[in-house]
Amino acid sequence: MSGNDKLSIMLWSASVDKLYPVAMLAAGAAAMDVQVNIFLTFSGVEAFRKGALQTNTQITGDYASHGEKFLKLIQEHNVPPWYQTLAQAKEMGDVKISACAMTMDLFGLTKDDLDEMVEDIEGMASFAEEAKGGQILFV
Amino acid sequence: MADYATDMEIDARGMFCPGPLMELIKGIKQSQVGETVAVLSTDSGSKKDIPAWCQKAGHELLAVVDEDGYARFVVKKAR
Repeated sequence: MSGNDKLSIMLWSASVDKLYPVAMLAAGAAAMDVQVNIFLTFSGVEAFRKGALQTNTQITGDYASHGEKFLKLIQEHNVPPWYQTLAQAKEMGDVKISACAMTMDLFGLTKDDLDEMVEDIEGMASFAEEAKGGQILFV
Repeated sequence: MADYATDMEIDARGMFCPGPLMELIKGIKQSQVGETVAVLSTDSGSKKDIPAWCQKAGHELLAVVDEDGYARFVVKKAR
């Protein structure tokens, strides 16, 4: 597999205005046969707690006014929620979501506390190994 | 303008990128080789995304027809 065919995203953020483009990136990449690995860490893990996906309305502080405008338009135009696009991306192609072991331990969480979209828990080294040969994004 | 008979028509108008492409992919997956799927889209990204995907996935983009306020993409499942 060439380097262009693998994208690893280290998802540190939990703000919805970032989750939308991440989900869409995963979908677009999966559509074009790119293997996508998403590694949730810190706030990213929080964003994937059971029940949190549907109630999350956090916006990135620096871009608050843009974020609010964006979310309003999303509602008005019936855009599917980011987690639905992500679920579709998983169905369509090779998209894997893992949670950072360190964050899980720090927060005292187990896999059961997370949404079923999260497939497993792994350490930094595993993610780094899996990312080899591809591109890594920090969001 | 040739009229393409299609086995499946997906109305993705009003959907935002990457919705129409994902619907096309789903439709193609559900189709047999040789069948034709048409996707109607108002999303401007589709004009590039759908041809790029067809080329990548090895399917035949038979036509892109500009209709009243939307585009019709006709794709034949080639493999």
